[in-house]
Amino acid sequence: MEILVCVKRVPDTAENEIIVNRDGTDIEREDLVFSVNEWDNYAVEEAIQIKDKVGGNVTVITVGNDDAEEVVRREMAMGADRGILLCDEAFEGSDGKGIASILKAEIVKGKYDLVLTGAQADDGAGQVGGMLAAMLDWPFASLVNKIEVIDDKKILVGREIAGGNQEINEIDLPCVLSIQTGINEPRYVGIRGIRKVASADIPVHGANDLELSPELVGPAGSLVKRLDFFVPEPGEGAKMLEGNTQEILDKLVEILKSKGGIK
Amino acid sequence: MEAALISPAKAAVLGIPTVIFSLIIPVMGVAIFTYIIAKRLAPLIRALPDERRDYPAKRLASLFKYAIGQYKQPRYLVAGILHIVFFAGFIIISLRSITLVLLGISEGYHLPGLGGQWGTNYNVVKDVAATAVLGACIVAMIRRVVFKPERYKVPPTYGKDHTAEAIFVLLLISGLLISDAFFEGSLASAQIQKDLSPEWMLPGTLSWMAAGLLGSVSTASLQHIHIAAYFFHEVIFFFFLCFLPFGKHFHIITSFPNVFMRKLDKGSVKPVRWGVSDEQLDRLENFGVKKFEDFTWKHMLDFYTCADCGRCSDQCPANTVGRPLSPRFITIKCRDYSFRHYPLRGDFKISDEPLIGNILHEQEIWSCTTCGACEEECPVMIEYIDKIVDLRRFMVDEGMVPQSLQKPLGALEKRGNPYGKMERKRADWIKDKEFANTCTIKILERKVKAETLYFVDSVTSFDERIQQIGRSTARVLKAAGIDFGILGPAEVDSGHEVRRFGEEMLFQLLRDKNTLAILESSVKKIVTADPHAYNALKKDYGGLPETEHISQVIARALSEGKIRLQPLEEKGKVFTYHDPCYLGRHNGLYDIPRTIMDFIGGIERVEMGNRCKDRSFCCGGGGLYLYYEPEEEKRMGQVRVEMAAKAGANVIITACPFCMINLEDAVKTSGLEGKMEVIDLVELVDRQLMSAPQGRV
Repeated sequence: MEILVCVKRVPDTAENEIIVNRDGTDIEREDLVFSVNEWDNYAVEEAIQIKDKVGGNVTVITVGNDDAEEVVRREMAMGADRGILLCDEAFEGSDGKGIASILKAEIVKGKYDLVLTGAQADDGAGQVGGMLAAMLDWPFASLVNKIEVIDDKKILVGREIAGGNQEINEIDLPCVLSIQTGINEPRYVGIRGIRKVASADIPVHGANDLELSPELVGPAGSLVKRLDFFVPEPGEGAKMLEGNTQEILDKLVEILKSKGGIK
Repeated sequence: MEAALISPAKAAVLGIPTVIFSLIIPVMGVAIFTYIIAKRLAPLIRALPDERRDYPAKRLASLFKYAIGQYKQPRYLVAGILHIVFFAGFIIISLRSITLVLLGISEGYHLPGLGGQWGTNYNVVKDVAATAVLGACIVAMIRRVVFKPERYKVPPTYGKDHTAEAIFVLLLISGLLISDAFFEGSLASAQIQKDLSPEWMLPGTLSWMAAGLLGSVSTASLQHIHIAAYFFHEVIFFFFLCFLPFGKHFHIITSFPNVFMRKLDKGSVKPVRWGVSDEQLDRLENFGVKKFEDFTWKHMLDFYTCADCGRCSDQCPANTVGRPLSPRFITIKCRDYSFRHYPLRGDFKISDEPLIGNILHEQEIWSCTTCGACEEECPVMIEYIDKIVDLRRFMVDEGMVPQSLQKPLGALEKRGNPYGKMERKRADWIKDKEFANTCTIKILERKVKAETLYFVDSVTSFDERIQQIGRSTARVLKAAGIDFGILGPAEVDSGHEVRRFGEEMLFQLLRDKNTLAILESSVKKIVTADPHAYNALKKDYGGLPETEHISQVIARALSEGKIRLQPLEEKGKVFTYHDPCYLGRHNGLYDIPRTIMDFIGGIERVEMGNRCKDRSFCCGGGGLYLYYEPEEEKRMGQVRVEMAAKAGANVIITACPFCMINLEDAVKTSGLEGKMEVIDLVELVDRQLMSAPQGRV
């Protein structure tokens, strides 16, 4: 099975202190460290597991600048066979639809049976997977937490629905699935693994290679424009606890007790 | 002198001279034994290299101490004494056994130097030894069958009970002793009957008893007994020799070389592969131990040498709290794997299948905190930590890392600390208002220099509770008049646990960053209050200035009178000292912290029974172990805190940030809050500092 996984390089929320810049147009990016979007890691792991079961290839793709190559390489160290970087100045400032258009242009050039995306990105809106499927006119399932290959035409797809219930769907290939965390346990990628793929060739495709007209991508092609970034003001009923960890914990326990949350 | 009985060298049975058997039995026995040993050596030849030829004098000394001197045996008193009796008895009786083999060929043979009076003296000693060993056999059998010590049990997950093998061997040994006694006793009895003076026998010994028992037996029957006893002895003797390499009694042969080639540098971790430099590691196809042949030959020798005594697992904290790890069975499972795959007959079944997932399991290998209790206890110096680390290296390379550890490992890679905190905030612990008002700390840079570096490490830099230990350390260093500074943002995690978790390449990145920063700071000395950092800088790094733990610095300052400690004001406090694994067992610093405590007037100090010093019970592990979520019935820290309570203590002093975290947690979860207090040694010293010329809060 030929599987393509779309991944994204995002600021690592666990290892950063996210501060909005003074103009409120973006977050402070100077001290940030980046990693693969968490959901995408699960998607790549799932793709590798499917490949191990039924054979085929896993290709990892990302839209981003030169720095984004590191996440492709990391996923190749995990076990993906190929990587593609979609990079062009014209892509900068694309919204979800723009990103989906760029991905679609690459996908139609190849021959893929299954396209996986993360359910959402730490810094995204969870829209690329669905739009991509619509543009390709392929079936789509979101928030997938189980995949079972039936044959080279059909797969079974499990989705978690409200109340922790599971829904199982049969879906025709080729299709697009957005993957939920928890579908598997992504493997660890060590320093040695990354070094092993350090010299692996990662082709870079730009707008010309993809025959994308400029009005489809970048700010020109965006239907959604970001206006502002801010830290919400504490609203009514919200209370910020202050002090060191112990003091905060003591206050929290006190509040929970007084409100009847714990006894 | 006329012989009272015909010796086996001259006798005949059904017309066949028995000397033929006296020749055939040893020749066959030795041939079969050689064949078996050759087969047993086969995996060792396919194994990876190991370097054990250094420090021959030290090795010889440890051979005398641990093998010949049986130094560790009495740690388990009853079993230890029994073993010493067996061991000493075997050494003494071995001369007799050699003599007996040759007696079957040449009548009246004695070993050179053991004729005449010396021979008589030797015989008395030998008779005493044989009697003692038989007594030990009986006691050992009673222990095995009636008392059944807990540590010999085999949990169902690890296979069948091993008692039958133990009893069988005890019966073989008894058979050897009794047959020799009858061989000698029959002769003595015949000599008495013929009015020939027999060799003198010490009353009460086995031979003496046999002679007495056979006193009224006819000479003809004595002759039969004499020959039968002889060949009975010979058959058992050579059978036993060939039986040794089939189980735990292989240690009789392998323990001497195993002790001689033991690991000498405690606390260190073996290189990924002996003879492969750090630069070549990227090119290795496999990392760590995947298949059996990825062990080093010495580690395979360890498997053969295990006497199945169960002391390692009895001391293992992971085993105690019900984690799925028993060091004893790591060895036994690997030994049995070796026996199965290198059979005596037929082709070797060499397989590329990984050990993990087959005979060993991920959880089992992650359960170890590398506390070293097992290695400390092993009488034959079997190593565990290096094997565990090698197995983890394989798992890490294959991506088999528990999810809970992946985040902190990622943060260590990106931020140089497991918390994912910003590098520039690493020195924020010195900005605490109250502290900063009285104590300014140098952050070493190009232009800011100091004689000593205080290596803080991640937990002390970022954990709020442990930052207090950092500030106490700084105040004590100031009080002792030491010119010191910290690296601040230039410091990264020491990587001590990163390495022990098998992520060697990440460890090397961290090590190289720190080494560069330390050398650039041009300090003359390093001090740290974290035993894990201390062990890393001493054992895992190279080419650094001398590194000391803060307790060594404090002890010196006290003895030189640079600092003085106030007596305790509070009454009713009973102190106990918890030895951190990486300060105690791995670095031998047992007495210094206790001496420091005793400098405080009015202190009442107790020990936690025998679970102190080299038998200290691990708190649960440091560094990355804080993130590991094991399967267990109880927390190790809880067990430890209960030991302190049982000893009558209400204050636990420790000297390690991770012990502090684990024990403070355990105090809360054991419902001992308010009744038990945990204080770091350096905090205690800080509290009791008498005069404060500078920087005292």
